[in-house]
Amino acid sequence: MKAKIHVTLKQGILDPQGKAIEHALDSLGFKNAANVRVGKYMELDVNENDKAKAEVQVKQMCEKLLANTIIEEYRYELT
Amino acid sequence: MKIGVLVFPGSNCDHDCQHVFQDVLGQQVEMIWHKETTVSGLDGIIIPGGFSYGDYLRTGAIARFSPVMNAVKEFAENGGLVMGICNGFQILLEAGLLPGAMLRNRSLHFVCKDVHVRVENAATAFTGACQPGQVLTIPVAHAEGNYYTDPVTLAGLQANAQVVFRYCTSDGRVTAEANPNGSLDNIAGIRSAEGNVLGMMPHPERSAEELLGNADGRLVLMSMLESLKKRPLKMVGA
Repeated sequence: MKAKIHVTLKQGILDPQGKAIEHALDSLGFKNAANVRVGKYMELDVNENDKAKAEVQVKQMCEKLLANTIIEEYRYELT
Repeated sequence: MKIGVLVFPGSNCDHDCQHVFQDVLGQQVEMIWHKETTVSGLDGIIIPGGFSYGDYLRTGAIARFSPVMNAVKEFAENGGLVMGICNGFQILLEAGLLPGAMLRNRSLHFVCKDVHVRVENAATAFTGACQPGQVLTIPVAHAEGNYYTDPVTLAGLQANAQVVFRYCTSDGRVTAEANPNGSLDNIAGIRSAEGNVLGMMPHPERSAEELLGNADGRLVLMSMLESLKKRPLKMVGA
């Protein structure tokens, strides 16, 4: 199965990169762009056909390594 | 004393630490490659600065899974003194040996300059040679030194006097302007609840010799050695 994983800073935690991009968008004239959050996107193959089992593994990967849950949140899709 | 200095792929302050402990402070130093699985015979451990594993994913995130880190964890759990400097601090956070996490500097810049830090607690294993409230000038060099933790953990750090250094002005005032990275509560360095693990963003090893214009950092390194000398038993097997 293929896992597509997004990791972003938790809401409420200042994202300086997002702020910088927001300012750049503003100066380009995109005045209605707001709340830019920058994150990471990862995709990987899990050698597992059972979706539930794959999900358990992907969740562990996120908790142990791919996200630092003190500051980040993650979401994933399995296809 | 025998001090172990960890070496990860991408460490770049390891030789500075070796030089200061060996040539300035006259101690034995063992360089420990990250693939080692034991750290026996050491009195203290330094996790030096640099960019371990290129800081891929997050600073310290991959280094913390290096084989040597299990041994470091065991060493710390047995009371051994461990000091993480800059990337070493980031690794200690990722490893869970210290609470919290690092965010990008608020300015988004890599900040490399001398800063002032106030000794918030001079009764630690790493600050015994300092005076309470003493202002030290020590350089920082990092892009991710913006310390963050949740409010409950922060309150715990403050209540237990675990905040060891805070960024301040040259006359010791803790202000937002004196904070080079936006860290919570101007935190520059914290220790573990048990007191034997210290993480700090400034680089004491870069300010340990008069020849280089500033020896304030030596107080921190000397404090660690002094604490080790007072310990009755050498750590064995840990």
